[in-house]
Amino acid sequence: MISEVIMLSDIMASKINKPELIHGGKRLDGRKADELREIKIEAGVLRNANGSAYLEWGKNRIIAAVYGPREVVPKHFADPNAAIIKCRYSMAPFSSLEEHGRSGQNRRAIEISKVIKEVFENVVLLNEYPNSEIDIFMEVLQSDGSTRAACINAAAVALASAGIPMKDMVYGVSVGKVDGEICVDVDMLEDNYSDADMPLAISHRDDRILLLQMDGDMSNEEVRRGFDMAVVAGKKIKELQREALLAVYKGV
Amino acid sequence: MSGINTLKGAYIRSVLKDEKRIDSREKFQMREIEVKKEVLSNAEGSARARLGNTDVIAGVKVVVEAPHSDTPKEGNMVVSAELLPMASAGFETGPPSPAAIELARVVDRGIRAGGCVDMGGLFIEDGKVYSVYIDVYVLDYDGNLFDVCTIAAMSALMNTKLPKYSDGEIDRKDRSRSLKIDNVVSSTTFGKFGEDIILDMNADEEQAADARITIATDGKVVRAMQKGLNGDFTIKQVEQLIDIALSKNEEITKHIKR
Repeated sequence: MISEVIMLSDIMASKINKPELIHGGKRLDGRKADELREIKIEAGVLRNANGSAYLEWGKNRIIAAVYGPREVVPKHFADPNAAIIKCRYSMAPFSSLEEHGRSGQNRRAIEISKVIKEVFENVVLLNEYPNSEIDIFMEVLQSDGSTRAACINAAAVALASAGIPMKDMVYGVSVGKVDGEICVDVDMLEDNYSDADMPLAISHRDDRILLLQMDGDMSNEEVRRGFDMAVVAGKKIKELQREALLAVYKGV
Repeated sequence: MSGINTLKGAYIRSVLKDEKRIDSREKFQMREIEVKKEVLSNAEGSARARLGNTDVIAGVKVVVEAPHSDTPKEGNMVVSAELLPMASAGFETGPPSPAAIELARVVDRGIRAGGCVDMGGLFIEDGKVYSVYIDVYVLDYDGNLFDVCTIAAMSALMNTKLPKYSDGEIDRKDRSRSLKIDNVVSSTTFGKFGEDIILDMNADEEQAADARITIATDGKVVRAMQKGLNGDFTIKQVEQLIDIALSKNEEITKHIKR
């Protein structure tokens, strides 16, 4: 049970020694409230996987791989009408600045894997592949806050690069309330001391909310502002995902 | 999905077109809430909560442990949830399913983000704090576990007593000090069927829903949210549901505070 207590500490970190996170209208790393960290996405980085992507987002380093459609294991999980999606979000034991993490799926990782799976069940045309499974693996090699949003971006590109048919693409982005101000793309330090945190996944074409989590305190007005900022920031993320996919074929 | 469930789902959707529900409730009407507090005597706090035919029991145990390294002056709080196999033919024995883990973590987040438990008051001395473990057991399942488990967990916390700790010994018979509660949150979970949205789904509605969203509030601000299932919501829908969630807080928390 002790280990459980420690794992839950990532939800709400301590408020002691809280640094000033916004000074003179700028965040600690110099960004404005609506500014994303630097993002690089590269598609098709692994040889064995059917699709893959590597993503750098601030100090986050994420690799995502997609296998399938392939035969369902174990067989009794198969759906005769549609493909099933399996999702694994995992943080490498060396990924955080703090202590050596535990390998394997903790409760946090299981929950994140579940909500990310639900995102892709929405957009992938599952009925095209009855009795099949599509596996999405996401490894956080280095974490610096908003890793689930980063993983969704990488996984979406990996799925597209695997040629999996989707009705729409997806991007992930987080919103937070930092020193009382609504900011987009919170990093680890901001997340640790933030008043609220709201990771989102949104569809490219019609801004539908596919993943929404939140904890902290936010008024309805603040949530509204957060959505607006996420959609504006999303324009840039969408473009980067598109470019990463195009780049694979430009070289051919 | 089994054939019978497909038929039930189609029926739920067809009556929703006429603004009706299979149990004749309004779209945003909760089922009846019933809370009984202090139903167990060995636990430091407890409550049984029913929401319609969904029945859960929450027990609180308080232990003395080391604090987290990042909160040396605060106690710990952990919510767990158990989907007992007795509660539904669909629940199986074995390690917690992703659904059970999500349930526990969403309930935990609402209570934690709501600042409900006075964590500083759980500090005993350097290196020693109280840890509050809340276990919610689902006894009978008829949908909407998020909201009823939040009611049960909050209600159990409201009557939790801290056992006396002195000279390195915990005395569980001396429970004179109550756990201090600073805020009360309510959880409201909505289901979406096509473009129709309803509150407090029963089990039949739950298996047919496209999307689900849980919004925890303290009546003033949003404290936690979680979208579930593979459907989606528009931004406008989420904003409208937040307003409804805020307006339902009083109706729900009156059962917790009583």
